[in-house]
Amino acid sequence: MRRFSFDQLSHGRSAVHCAPAGLKLAMALGLLLSVVAWRGPAVWFWVIPPILLAVLFAARVPLRAILFRLLLLQPFILGVALLALTGPGGWRAAMMLIARCTLCLAIMLTLATTTPFWRLVGVLRVLHVPSLLVTVLSLMYRYLFLLVEEAHRLRRARASRTLRPATRWNHWRASASTIGHLFIRASDRAERVYDAMRARGWA
Amino acid sequence: MHIPDTMLDAKTAAATGLLAAAGLGYALRRCRLDLPQKRIPLLGLTAAFVFAAQMINFPVPGGTSGHLIGSTLVAILLGPSAAVVVMACVLIVQCFLFADGGVTALGANTFNMAIVAMVAGYMVYRLLLGRSDALARRVLAAVVAGWAATMAAAFFCSAELAISGVASWRAILHAMMWWHMLIGVGEGLITALALSALVAARPDLTAVEAPAGFRALSIQGLLVCLAVGALISPWASSKPDGLDRTAQDLNIESPEAAAHIPAPAPDYKMPGFRSEAVATAIAGGVGTLLVFGVGLLAARILAGRKRSVISAAAAP
Repeated sequence: MRRFSFDQLSHGRSAVHCAPAGLKLAMALGLLLSVVAWRGPAVWFWVIPPILLAVLFAARVPLRAILFRLLLLQPFILGVALLALTGPGGWRAAMMLIARCTLCLAIMLTLATTTPFWRLVGVLRVLHVPSLLVTVLSLMYRYLFLLVEEAHRLRRARASRTLRPATRWNHWRASASTIGHLFIRASDRAERVYDAMRARGWA
Repeated sequence: MHIPDTMLDAKTAAATGLLAAAGLGYALRRCRLDLPQKRIPLLGLTAAFVFAAQMINFPVPGGTSGHLIGSTLVAILLGPSAAVVVMACVLIVQCFLFADGGVTALGANTFNMAIVAMVAGYMVYRLLLGRSDALARRVLAAVVAGWAATMAAAFFCSAELAISGVASWRAILHAMMWWHMLIGVGEGLITALALSALVAARPDLTAVEAPAGFRALSIQGLLVCLAVGALISPWASSKPDGLDRTAQDLNIESPEAAAHIPAPAPDYKMPGFRSEAVATAIAGGVGTLLVFGVGLLAARILAGRKRSVISAAAAP
């Protein structure tokens, strides 16, 4: 449940966590755009990491979690960097690509670990994003971890009923039927959620 | 296939962002008009479901594992416009909660994985399904649709990367299309297996919905055409086309002939824009719109005539 524990980090109580979400979002987007737009000498590599480190330290977020997710997100970047090696820029362009992408990832991860997602959704509501989208987003976030846990439960139940390692084809069929059952549970829950929302005056 | 920040240049990010916003806005409007209120919680739960289903891994030859992407499955289960909203929400959460996919590339990612993949997958599914709802046919259609959706999204992803100048078209297309040919087979198989498991357990959840109306299909088709027209035209060959070249070689080009009717956008460049690429992109977009409009009109007229012929024949 690594994703689960990752999101837990955003529920801290430090001054950084309590700062207005809109302000943090604006600052993160500002830093991000400066990295994206700046193509000149790499000034940002000396300016942004200290800022992020200071914010993470003030928020008491363990660096290990951030580093772990940074590693997890590397494969696609490395793949594209490999392709960039063949381009006109050569290895300099490839290294620059990796560095800039990783810097942007670090900015977004800092935002994600210091701001609860529902506060960001609140910012969207203030910005007059269509209400259907905001509703679906907040419902999704509410049931996300529940369903992830349910998926793990379904898998664990299957593993405990299966003694031998299955053939690959059987494994595929079993996993796909887990997905099917997950959808059934999700849609049954959606009906109950609708009833509960109606009972509380949602129109 | 989640494009991170800094890989796209400004014009690609802006163009795909606009297209994604237009597509998502249209899908939201359709949902507000067509979707019964009872189904709104289902959208949120389905978005959470897609996210959870992506965590279930499938063993792939070679010791690695793959997972479902889901846009085709959701389109089959909930219908096209709801699928766009659901997949867009999944991408937004992945971007802001887990930094998977960049913020400046959110438009491109939404366009590729929520809109293009959905349109391609759903169109293929409906085409192969025809009017029948036999299980074997639905399963087969889902396999092909899942594959087509993955390939379409991968193509647009590589096109955006190549246009932004990350690497050459050749290298990117080679790498991306090769991998996704295999990944697409996995996506198709998982979609079909999950669908057949669902049909076996709860046939009421997977009732075949009415095909999308003429307007919905034409607007979605238009979005894809516009993307091709506006994104790819500035990078088309700048050399004269075959007919022009022949005319130049044979010295039969007469400058007076061209001047009789002034063209609105000479040489496919919109006047009044300083940047050549922007001018060509806008001309490409306008041209696509015009051609699409003519095609739509023709389709309307021809289809209308056919219908009236049939109804006239059926009338006593």
